[in-house]
Amino acid sequence: MITKTVNNVTEALEGVKDDMTFMFGGFGLSGIPENSINELVKRNIKNLTCISNNAGVDDFGLGLLLKKNQIKKMISSYVGENAEFERQMLSGELEVDLIPQGTLAERCRAAQNGIPAFYTPAGYGTEVAEGKEVRDFDGKPHVLEEAFEADFAFVKAWKGDTAGNLIFKGTARNFNAVMSGAAKITVAEVEELVEPGELDPNFVHIPGVFVQRIYQGEKYEKRIEKRTVRES
Amino acid sequence: MLDKKGIAQRIAKEVKDGYYVNLGIGIPTLVANFVRDDIDVEFQSENGILGMGPFPTEDEVDADLINAGKQTITARPGASFFDSALSFGMIRGQHIDLTILGAMEVAQDGNIANWKIPGKMVKGMGGAMDLVGSAQNIIVAMMHTNKAGKSKLLSSCTLPLTGVKCVTKVVTNLAVIDIVDGKFKLLERAPGVSVEEIKEATEGELIVDGDIPEMTL
Repeated sequence: MITKTVNNVTEALEGVKDDMTFMFGGFGLSGIPENSINELVKRNIKNLTCISNNAGVDDFGLGLLLKKNQIKKMISSYVGENAEFERQMLSGELEVDLIPQGTLAERCRAAQNGIPAFYTPAGYGTEVAEGKEVRDFDGKPHVLEEAFEADFAFVKAWKGDTAGNLIFKGTARNFNAVMSGAAKITVAEVEELVEPGELDPNFVHIPGVFVQRIYQGEKYEKRIEKRTVRES
Repeated sequence: MLDKKGIAQRIAKEVKDGYYVNLGIGIPTLVANFVRDDIDVEFQSENGILGMGPFPTEDEVDADLINAGKQTITARPGASFFDSALSFGMIRGQHIDLTILGAMEVAQDGNIANWKIPGKMVKGMGGAMDLVGSAQNIIVAMMHTNKAGKSKLLSSCTLPLTGVKCVTKVVTNLAVIDIVDGKFKLLERAPGVSVEEIKEATEGELIVDGDIPEMTL
């Protein structure tokens, strides 16, 4: 049995360095790799390029890396929930590349699947298409977009086994599934790490081949950004 | 004249039995409250759920179950979860029947601007460019004029575009307007609003053909 288990987050993040490009799963604060992010904050590596749909909030998620000025560039689709982000962006400290969400997801998927580039109608005729190749298919213009290249992908799943197989829960699957295997090294953290055979293969979302390192996160805060409830 | 709820209520009449619908943030979110009970409709949220249900009770709140507005939600019986690539595959592949979203400006050629005001903090387009780039049936929900009283229905957009030639219908506090052959076509007036008032508030070219009925909600 091939095993992907590492003992802890320290081992999981071996090899992370200044100037690298990282992918982070999650949507808003839902399904973010909390333990890997906390470890990156501790290591204080700098000049990072981060591919993540959002940029966390001031005191949680990628906001923690921003606060310590560890991020040089963010590649995201929506970054509206973070005041420190806004400050760094407006002052020019932080480079920001805004990308349509579907294109962001597909550029991850392309990297995961060995597709160097693809055409999409999203963004045609807007500033995100500037300088990009445009080609008509069935009379409709499409923009050429390229797969991402990243050094590490940090993803978070609900359950995983030592072989690296992953199962996500609810809408926390989001970018975690498409970033698995989309970087040179994929580090998966899980809420519950089990032995091979304990996960039903019929319900595995990401096969272990896409994951290089897996560990059980020490603790999960799982913060909620907008708690909306109805009367019971 | 309609309020935001009224706009949502009018748009709800465009939601048909068997539709899969994507609702944007703001007025569009309210549409779900007004869809008739006797038709079957499923709501998609682009972060990865089809079959979105109402907000949870305090006991049901789950950090792993949110919508694209990052609000906690529930899943209806028959719902499904999926990753972000498949979610936008659903959108790009035109499997979603109706997209309802807000806008800062709509032009008579169907162009839409709703993500960026130069000189102001830019939060990003999220999924809006993907939605308007592929959806065939796009309804814009917005106020007819902005806070400064300027028309939001223009001959051409002044703000950075989100998509080109994509909007098919606009429902505002004053009117229901279709986009036909590069022009606005007035279909219905909001209760108590005259054709003159709508013309006045519309900077783009507005076709008024015959008697314009007052809308029913």
